[in-house]
Amino acid sequence: MKIGVVTFPGSNCDADARHGAAITGNEAVQLWHKDTSLPAGLDAIILPGGFSYGDYLRTGAIARFSPIMNEVIRFANDGGIVFGICNGFQILCESGLLPGGLIRNEKLSFVCKDVNLRVENATTAFTRAVKPGTILRIPVAHGDGRFTAPQHIIDHIEGNGQVLFRYVSNTGEVTADANPNGSMNNIAGIINERGNVMGMMPHPERACEPLLGSADGTSVFASLALHLEQHNHLQYTE
Amino acid sequence: MKTYTASITVTLRRAILDVQGKAVENALHSLHMPALGNVRIGKHIELDVQAPDRESANDLVMDACKKLLSNPVMEDFSIHLEEKSAGVPA
Repeated sequence: MKIGVVTFPGSNCDADARHGAAITGNEAVQLWHKDTSLPAGLDAIILPGGFSYGDYLRTGAIARFSPIMNEVIRFANDGGIVFGICNGFQILCESGLLPGGLIRNEKLSFVCKDVNLRVENATTAFTRAVKPGTILRIPVAHGDGRFTAPQHIIDHIEGNGQVLFRYVSNTGEVTADANPNGSMNNIAGIINERGNVMGMMPHPERACEPLLGSADGTSVFASLALHLEQHNHLQYTE
Repeated sequence: MKTYTASITVTLRRAILDVQGKAVENALHSLHMPALGNVRIGKHIELDVQAPDRESANDLVMDACKKLLSNPVMEDFSIHLEEKSAGVPA
């Protein structure tokens, strides 16, 4: 399946994201922040991690107005799969494609370490290759990753199965110690109501090779491949 | 057309814990200034606006604050406008 990965000025996880997509049976193509159209036959778009536009003003605030974002927003509104990782998650929140926002970590320090993520909803395009409740070991690397939203939004996404990943302890418990940034309800990743736009702070693309410590991140990319395959099969047979 | 200078202050919404403000407050207290509290850290933005009058200048800045300069999900902003006095050489 054809997955486009956008490179913004300051993206630094775009090559890793293409690698993660490619080794799980997808075709990965590079997209440029100045592009004003998308390649034909694109199945999904990834907004990768990094520090687009130097994180000036707010993380993601300027990238959100990049020329390509008009196309990304249109693609998402048409039901296309859009996946934001770290800075990509911040951009999706800034653009209004996902609810809430990401602010400075509670302890004010940049956190760069492996965390445990519990898969809260395994029925989505991004998690269907995983069993619900599975704990993934994936690194975080961010200074502004504290997910925050008005309480009624939190209640809504919690009740609606839109929380996909939660920071948990080694034994799978939701604890304050397991929360690397002070996110509300230990939220690490969410999906929109329609189920086609997802953002997460941890970096699955940095956990795609056992040699580098973990290959748990491949499950997210493999889910995408599985979803797109099933989706296209359905379209074909209809 | 007149020129106004806008001073914009962006801070985290009151409901959100301002951890930078809290850290600075703790530092002030450790400097024996217990009378100081409720520290809030924000951003200060200055810009010039060309507009026929104060009201339309304010509207333009308000629009910029809502679209780009602040994120209403987590931030509040306030605007202070001052007309640049004409005829005073720079």
